[in-house]
Amino acid sequence: MKYASIGPVTTHFFVFAQPPASLTLESGRSLSHVTVAFETYGNLNAQKSNAILVCHALSGDAHAGGISIEDNSPGWWDGMIGPGKALDTDKYFIICSNVLGGCRGTTGPSSNNPLTGKPYALDFPLITIADMVEAQRNLIDSFGIEKLLCVIGGSMGGMQALQWASAYPERVRAAIPIATALKHSPQQIAFDEVIRQSIMADPAWRQGYYYEHGQPEKGLAVARMIGHITFMSDLSMEEKFSRKLKNEKLSFQFTDDFEVEGYLRYRGNNFVKRFDANSYLYITKAMDYFDLSGDKFMPGVKKSPVKFLVISFKSDWLYPSYQSQDIVRVLKQKHAYTTYFDLTSTYGHDAFLIEIADETRLIRNFLANIRID
Amino acid sequence: MMENINLDYRIIARIITQHAHILDLGCGSGELLTLLIREKQALVQGIELNDEEMHRCVEKGLTVLQGDIESGLVDYPDKSFDYVILNQIMQEIKKADFVIDEALRVGRKVIVGFPNFAHIKARLTLMFAGKTPINDALPYYWYETPNIRFLTIRDFVEYCAKKNIIIEQKYFLAKSKLVRFLPHLFALNSLFVIKRNGD
Repeated sequence: MKYASIGPVTTHFFVFAQPPASLTLESGRSLSHVTVAFETYGNLNAQKSNAILVCHALSGDAHAGGISIEDNSPGWWDGMIGPGKALDTDKYFIICSNVLGGCRGTTGPSSNNPLTGKPYALDFPLITIADMVEAQRNLIDSFGIEKLLCVIGGSMGGMQALQWASAYPERVRAAIPIATALKHSPQQIAFDEVIRQSIMADPAWRQGYYYEHGQPEKGLAVARMIGHITFMSDLSMEEKFSRKLKNEKLSFQFTDDFEVEGYLRYRGNNFVKRFDANSYLYITKAMDYFDLSGDKFMPGVKKSPVKFLVISFKSDWLYPSYQSQDIVRVLKQKHAYTTYFDLTSTYGHDAFLIEIADETRLIRNFLANIRID
Repeated sequence: MMENINLDYRIIARIITQHAHILDLGCGSGELLTLLIREKQALVQGIELNDEEMHRCVEKGLTVLQGDIESGLVDYPDKSFDYVILNQIMQEIKKADFVIDEALRVGRKVIVGFPNFAHIKARLTLMFAGKTPINDALPYYWYETPNIRFLTIRDFVEYCAKKNIIIEQKYFLAKSKLVRFLPHLFALNSLFVIKRNGD
């Protein structure tokens, strides 16, 4: 099946929390002059009842679908968003925004602090997944949308989908958390801590105040390399690289002899061109703080009005299937109408970006049964 | 239309009440649940293991959890459903005793359907041919059957008595009609509506 792309798209900006108003964060601190970068695809109907919010993962951005007019790049979930695709732009109005704390247009540590005129750096307050959702809620309110048809996302995007359903059960018809968890396990926190330490161990990090001097490129590249290992599976790495050498012979030096080494270095070095090191620190911390387990999910709600499609992937060891089954367990307690699918894939955590055919079949059919008023 | 629907499905659709909450364990491609929605506006939840069957259920707009039956039941609060359906699945599950127990906890009533291993033809095949019976209700050779246990109507009635489970209704089925005469011998399939004593 081949579907048309949405075509050229551009990122827009929404500003809120203009003084005297401000955005109060979960930590108790507050932010003002908050900018949210977002893109939309398709048309909002007259009843404003066909809106789907797409939430991105750790290093994603607002550019989820179509081809960017700025740099010609396809959206990170372009295979899923467009006419006739799973998130069908002929039917639905799709919104995707960059998260609070990010570095792709939304206010984050690399943004200018209105008080000093310089980047916030570590003066930026710690943010949480709930804070990200609050920023999104302000954006959704600005459209006059009272109720989202669906909130969908993978990995950290799935956390936001869960947070939306939990905090605003009456404002979400359906939620699709993919390859995600109600809370980070100690193993996931441990990976994030190693990732953060590799950035902070780079002298170029300068305690976070590096903006006049340039990024801690080495540290951020290593951080990303660690990430990429956790996104793949043993099997997908075997299939992609095996023990193939870049050159024919071993060099007997500390160069990147193996293809897998070259790949990680390439991904690491590319990443520093587009992502801010401090944002990586803030966002990983937000994921570690996230915890909707037990009674913290949909507090006070006896019967969930939100319908759920929970998806995991069998080879995902970063967010293993049992974590999605934990989500299902909590949903059973809330008598939520829940469909859960443990999809077969060898791609590990990356599967949610790659297994488009299976996800499309599942998500399209699920959404077809969510009523648009 | 009704003629194409299995007799057991038709009976189940008659048993359940309007707008009932239903949990179907091993719901396959969701045909029964679809019928229950259509006939009784039931609120349904399925549990199924097979990928393709799962996709078919979602296509039909059903809510279905992928997983095995044993682990599927444990997390539901008591009496989450009006009926839990265990149709044509008892002979395939490992911990039948545990599953019936859990089903009775999670559901107000449980509908159990299984093939009668003591059907006259099955008895005769065993007796005279000395071979494992194969019939409409037990259509598999020994080397390909998903069935890990064989039970009879009498076995099940005895089990309920021993466990203090109340049999509220029972139906004995031939291929396309009910059996009234000597069901222990002539029923291919049976359906029981059971509940916990005291519920």
